Amino acid sequence: MQNVDEIVRSTLLDPYGIDDSDLQSMLGQVICSGIEMGDIYFQSAEAESWTLEDGEVKKSSYSSRQGAGFRSIIGEQTGLAYSESFDKQSLMAAAKAASSIAKAGKNATLPISNDNHEKPYYSSENPILSIDDLSKIDLLNRLDAKVRSLDPRVTEVIASLAGGHGCVLIVNQDGKLATDVRPMVRLSLSVIAESNGRLERGTSGGGGRMTYEFLDDDQLSKYAKEAVDQALINLEADEAPAGEMTVVLGSGWPGVLIHEAIGHGLEGDFNRKKTSAFSGLMGEMVASPVCTIVDDGTIPDARGSLNIDDEGNPTESTVLIENGKLCNYMQDNLNAKLMNTKSTGNGRRESYSSQTIPRMTNTFMLAGEHDQKEIIESVDKGLYAKNFGGGQVDITSGKFVFSASEAYVIEKGKLGKPVKGAMLIGDGPSALHQVSMVGNDLALDPGVGSCGKDGQTVPVNVGQPTMRIEKLTVGGTT
Amino acid sequence: MDQMQHIDIASRALKYARKNGAEEASIKLSMGNGFSVVSQNQVIDVVEQFNDQSFSISVYIGKAIGSASTNDFSEQQIHATIDKALSLSRLTEKDDCNGLAEKELMATEIKDLDLYQPSDLSIEKAKEMALQCEAAAFEANESIINSEGATVGSYENQSVYLNSHDFIGETQSTGHSISCVAIAEKEGQMEMDYDYSSTRGLDDLRDHISIGYSAGNRAASNLGSRKLKTQKAPVLFSPRVSKSLFSHFLSAISGTSLYRKSSFLVDKIDQEIFPNFIQIHEDPHLMKGFASTYFDAEGVQTKPRELIQDGYLKGYLLSSYSARRLGMKTTANAGGHHNINVEKSVDEDLNEIIKGMQSGFLVTGLIGSGVNIVNGDYSRGANGFWIENGEIVYPVSEVTVAGNLSEMFSKIQKIGNDPETDGSVFCGSVLIDDLMIAGE
Repeated sequence: MQNVDEIVRSTLLDPYGIDDSDLQSMLGQVICSGIEMGDIYFQSAEAESWTLEDGEVKKSSYSSRQGAGFRSIIGEQTGLAYSESFDKQSLMAAAKAASSIAKAGKNATLPISNDNHEKPYYSSENPILSIDDLSKIDLLNRLDAKVRSLDPRVTEVIASLAGGHGCVLIVNQDGKLATDVRPMVRLSLSVIAESNGRLERGTSGGGGRMTYEFLDDDQLSKYAKEAVDQALINLEADEAPAGEMTVVLGSGWPGVLIHEAIGHGLEGDFNRKKTSAFSGLMGEMVASPVCTIVDDGTIPDARGSLNIDDEGNPTESTVLIENGKLCNYMQDNLNAKLMNTKSTGNGRRESYSSQTIPRMTNTFMLAGEHDQKEIIESVDKGLYAKNFGGGQVDITSGKFVFSASEAYVIEKGKLGKPVKGAMLIGDGPSALHQVSMVGNDLALDPGVGSCGKDGQTVPVNVGQPTMRIEKLTVGGTT
Repeated sequence: MDQMQHIDIASRALKYARKNGAEEASIKLSMGNGFSVVSQNQVIDVVEQFNDQSFSISVYIGKAIGSASTNDFSEQQIHATIDKALSLSRLTEKDDCNGLAEKELMATEIKDLDLYQPSDLSIEKAKEMALQCEAAAFEANESIINSEGATVGSYENQSVYLNSHDFIGETQSTGHSISCVAIAEKEGQMEMDYDYSSTRGLDDLRDHISIGYSAGNRAASNLGSRKLKTQKAPVLFSPRVSKSLFSHFLSAISGTSLYRKSSFLVDKIDQEIFPNFIQIHEDPHLMKGFASTYFDAEGVQTKPRELIQDGYLKGYLLSSYSARRLGMKTTANAGGHHNINVEKSVDEDLNEIIKGMQSGFLVTGLIGSGVNIVNGDYSRGANGFWIENGEIVYPVSEVTVAGNLSEMFSKIQKIGNDPETDGSVFCGSVLIDDLMIAGE
């Protein structure tokens, strides 16, 4: 098997006759006199999807894209341009456009050197080629059969299988060249169940930086059961309560709380610009002492993991909050430099055409000491929010929301009736002071998370153990 | 590359697809370029230039479909993309509802809608506008201590849609925008708010200074916000957020939600959805509109029509596929809805409606996607102002508003005469009786 560097060069450079001396001229243009930092980002990405509906795979699409982004930075100012054509003239023109934030100056001469971190957190194998197309169709058909065999109230099954494979080649301002090959797969399942004229949806799915081979029969059965159970539970659900109450959050996907309430507020750019509700709180207690939160881009095969970030820096495991105390922000090169610190390997961009900004990878709260059962039993009256949809945060005011997709009332330590989905709303800097118990059941979400910021979407994981929050506002109707 | 070259690439691609077995095919080629600049704290933070292109094709063989796309316009890559689409269509199951829209529906009347309004806005001039816009936010109020930046952008798009009914549709359009996000601070509490303008032509943009100024004033007015007690109260949605209510309505009447039976408005045609004073029209031919076109994404001729008449649902949003699934005719909505006008029900703007309220919650911001189109359940994070005796008394944050869309639609009391002119859904302030507000 070829190594990563060979795969990337043979995809991005060789077909266009681009060699290191060409990269050197482009870099010389990007880092011309007056420019302090910058980089070149060559990328190719292919993606496929297969969709099952009405019991048949009737839709499939495939896309391929490529481009090269050029970035020049002076102080806080960034110039960004790109070319989707890999002829040398177009590439140089884009490099020139990026560096036009500086007054025309002399081009720099920077030698190119390989800087590959041999830390494969995932395979470089192309998922699209990992199994043949008929097997992909068969996989979705088997999933459909499993779902429909579970309950006659299921009326609609929509399942999709998506795979992608990308190559990146980055040259930074020091002439260091780094490469990565990034696979991604995801299975998504949505079912509709109907009873007495009432319709409810249930969803499930998962994936990561791997090939389709993890989708064995057991895994498919698990997804089928999860989605059907959720739809059936929602068929029975009462109106959700409204107002402040004690809330127990389930493990795994509910970690979207960590992502929204704390994660975004600790990204370097917001803190450098002092627009985050967490600005200037370094070293302060921003959560209760039972909370330790990390961002870890090095988890094998995880959706949010990267071997190197999009500036060529190795990803890391960064402790953001330790026993309640704020100890690190997530940084890219630019914000780290302006804040006199080092990149934490969190510089990410959606593609060659977008800005590099500090982003999360896999962000989660570490396990505590309580059993899940013990936590639920400790609540006299409240809500157990087992599963969640998405969330959103206003970085500046710190107010965040996230929506429960499966929830139950808790009465006298026991789970009562399921209640409908509702929005939960809180205040980032104060919400985690309200965490009173943390479970011993840390789990990451199954690999379905996407995070949006500044119009860019990147894959991430979230996670947490079961936790008890003393007071959170639940946006129900009764 | 110009439009003639695009048409040439697309025509040759279509020939290639047919020669290699496609019974029907459609191709879209598009190209866009432009720039944006950001001023943050009176420094030009970002200068971004973009230049995109894409080629996409759908082919049908024996009523089975395959689709593929690329951004590399070399003949070799275009052929590889078509080959891929053909091979996918040989693997997928056939569906009798598949296929191009009927040939007789292809648009024959295509007029200029003034969507192309090129300007001579230079990057240097845009930087100046962004700096001045942001400076106005800082001057608006002494509490404005920071900003997320003022952004000025300009772009130009060209596209060609072509299908095997010999339909060719060309589109050329431009867009200009300016936005400003201001941050106010008082006693350690920060609040953010924004204003923006987005139009086809540069000359139609609202004045950049007034946008900065209003972003600053809005952020300052949010300072000192409180939670509300959990209660039921009248809720007034400002024009900035009211259009989202109608966007939920539009997704609930979209063909895909309907044939999948995953909408609370399934089988509701000719039924009463809104109070009798509500009229909603679709206008695909609005000059300079953001959702204006004479042909939809399948080449079908668009026509102005009524979606809601006297509160009754008169039409869905269908493509040829979803129409066939439902045993209906396409409504020329492949690719989505066109410009939507929600008619005013009273000749009052936001302030006049407030004056007529005893008490209630004015919502100026919504966050989170807590809307379930399957059953209509609605629950979103909200901020805004509390109204008492016809006046704003204090800002509100960290609460939710919740209900069910069917019920919320039927409880609309007033639609104001003050729609924003940006975007493609036009709707004034909306007053809804008695919604659940969760707070303290």
